[in-house]
Amino acid sequence: MTQTSYAPDFMTGDEFSIPTFRVLSPEGELHDEAQAPKLTRDHARRIYHAMLATRILDERMMAAQRQGRLSFYMQCTGEEAAVVGATAALDDTDMIMAQYREQGALMYRGFSFDEFMNQLFGNELDYGKGRQMPVHYGSRKLHYMTISSPLATQIPQAAGYAYGQKLAEEGGCTITFFGEGAASEGDFHAALNMASVHQVPVIFFCRNNGYAISTPANEQFAADGIAPRAFGYHMHVIRVDGNDVLAVYEATHQARKIAVEKNQPVLIEAMTYRLAAHSSSDDPSGYRAKSEEETWRLKDPILRMQKWLSHKEWWSDDEEAETQERLRREVLETMKRAEKRPSPALDTLISDVYADITPALQHQFDALKQHIRRYPEAYPRGAKSLDLDVRDDANQPEGE
Amino acid sequence: MPTMNMLQAINNALGIAMAEDEKVVCFGEDVGVFGGVFRATSHLQEKYGKARCFNTPLVEQGIIGFANGLAAQGGVPVAEIQFADYIFPAFDQIVNETAKFRYRSGDLFNVGGLTIRTPYGGGIHGGLYHSQSPEAYFAHTPGLKVVMPRNPYQAKGLLLAAIRDPDPVIFFEPKRLYRASTGEVPEEDYQLPIGEAEITKEGTDVTVVGWGAQMEVIDKAVALAEEAGIACEVIDLRSLLPWDADTVAESVLKTGRLVITHEAPLTGGFAGEIATTIQERCFLYLESPIARVTGLDTPFPLTLEKEYFPDHLKIFEAIQHSVNF
Repeated sequence: MTQTSYAPDFMTGDEFSIPTFRVLSPEGELHDEAQAPKLTRDHARRIYHAMLATRILDERMMAAQRQGRLSFYMQCTGEEAAVVGATAALDDTDMIMAQYREQGALMYRGFSFDEFMNQLFGNELDYGKGRQMPVHYGSRKLHYMTISSPLATQIPQAAGYAYGQKLAEEGGCTITFFGEGAASEGDFHAALNMASVHQVPVIFFCRNNGYAISTPANEQFAADGIAPRAFGYHMHVIRVDGNDVLAVYEATHQARKIAVEKNQPVLIEAMTYRLAAHSSSDDPSGYRAKSEEETWRLKDPILRMQKWLSHKEWWSDDEEAETQERLRREVLETMKRAEKRPSPALDTLISDVYADITPALQHQFDALKQHIRRYPEAYPRGAKSLDLDVRDDANQPEGE
Repeated sequence: MPTMNMLQAINNALGIAMAEDEKVVCFGEDVGVFGGVFRATSHLQEKYGKARCFNTPLVEQGIIGFANGLAAQGGVPVAEIQFADYIFPAFDQIVNETAKFRYRSGDLFNVGGLTIRTPYGGGIHGGLYHSQSPEAYFAHTPGLKVVMPRNPYQAKGLLLAAIRDPDPVIFFEPKRLYRASTGEVPEEDYQLPIGEAEITKEGTDVTVVGWGAQMEVIDKAVALAEEAGIACEVIDLRSLLPWDADTVAESVLKTGRLVITHEAPLTGGFAGEIATTIQERCFLYLESPIARVTGLDTPFPLTLEKEYFPDHLKIFEAIQHSVNF
């Protein structure tokens, strides 16, 4: 491998060119030389349904946020093919360690609208007990690690989780999702190096969606995207059209084989576009042109898959209209249910810090309860939880 | 009963944990075939294989990130950070991830299997970056447990407890005592309780509290005090998080006087927390101001280490001052 040179020739990486793997044209037709992955009608419809349901959930919840019913929201819009296509190529028991914009993965695995809503409204049925901001979902039964806000921390954790899977020898793997912005964090580099050195079955899935909040990709890195970084770690890598669900599916399907059969990590860079704002607190009109968004709207991943399904006569316009109507109705119904449910009980404030509540914390909590009993109107949620009589309209978040 | 130094006791504890549970995995920089720069993991790779005791790349945030993931999967990682001075690249993984894993997921997931071992403290001519005592940073983080043993017997029993504890534990090892501290240590398995202080010497005039390597310094100071006719009650806190306020408060209710000592700088040090709690609980019983004998508010020095150090003479002087107030 080691070669000797007798002249000072520098290299930049421009010697390599990483192609983008594509299967479907924007018209939903197969590219001439491309082959469709082996997908059954039912499987393809499950994927499409998850993408569509994610889009509709996002539209309705963003609207709900604008109406003041929800404190915060983040959309997956434009990236549904990347997230759902990758998840569909895995076993349903493979671990998913996502960043925060991957609700499509949960949708594909069968997280119900009720479960989404309970988290978004932080009510008493939220698995996370109302402790985290909206969209920080988690599901043990669906093998979806609870989201944490700090970026990229999940990436080395995925390497460690996959190491445990390798030791268990049960044939499972872990996929971790992150954006091209998060790939600038030290944790990304730490993770790729450790995964490669220790040969673990993990898939690093980068959603290169063009923006980290307002910072465009060309101010995030100087190289040709994220993919070339894999060379530095001697890792398998593929770049894929992230708005082409068939390409994402096939790339991830092959990546999983490498991960599980060879115990080797793989990096996938999915080229896509964040069609929506970063979050409900962001306004992209301050940093990018509407015309740029319009060019990407024409590459809508859901439309592209819908066309392909129609060509195959696996989906019809009637079904589309019917499904959209049903999904919108279900979202609204579950939202109404979830927002009426009470907040988690006061004692969830101190549970789960440790496996058992420490005496010192119990002491602080007892003092807090006594204080709330003296000033119940100031702490309506806690007061209700203590069965104290407070006015019903007092149970509103601050500032509303 | 065999005599061991602290490294042998730690190595012995790790061996017991690995033999008992195949989910226990030890890793860190130079931890594998070399057995760690201090040799705490000697022969573990030989005995339990490369999959369960291995070197990692030189990346602390990666080591703890990897350990968090492995623990979340159900593993029992014992991750070594080579010096506590180098734990800071992993601060985010420890403070934002390890500590909050169970709480933020509503107990869907946890990293309770994780133990982080790291040598801390001065006295080895290590200067700024091989001497620090960063325990107070971590004691400020709910969700972590922080344990600091004083001798080989304590190290073995507390480390076994830490590995089996259902919560993540940072185990700070006093590296100055690694070889200097020897004592009788049972070969067999035993555990010492996390969160419980130990009264190592009873007395009536003044309570002296410390932890880790500082206990040895306290013993020297107390010997001087005894010669001067002062009866000291000595408490080894052993755990800083959670810490055993009851034992300290009971002692101070009896003696009316408290001296606290640690190597770390004064401002924001853990002695401040103890002093506040004890004045809340023992206010009417205090005969003199609570005293803190600590490092200075400077980075850890090199050539002037002796001057910086909260040594036995400084502690002795504080004891005398407290009694004669």
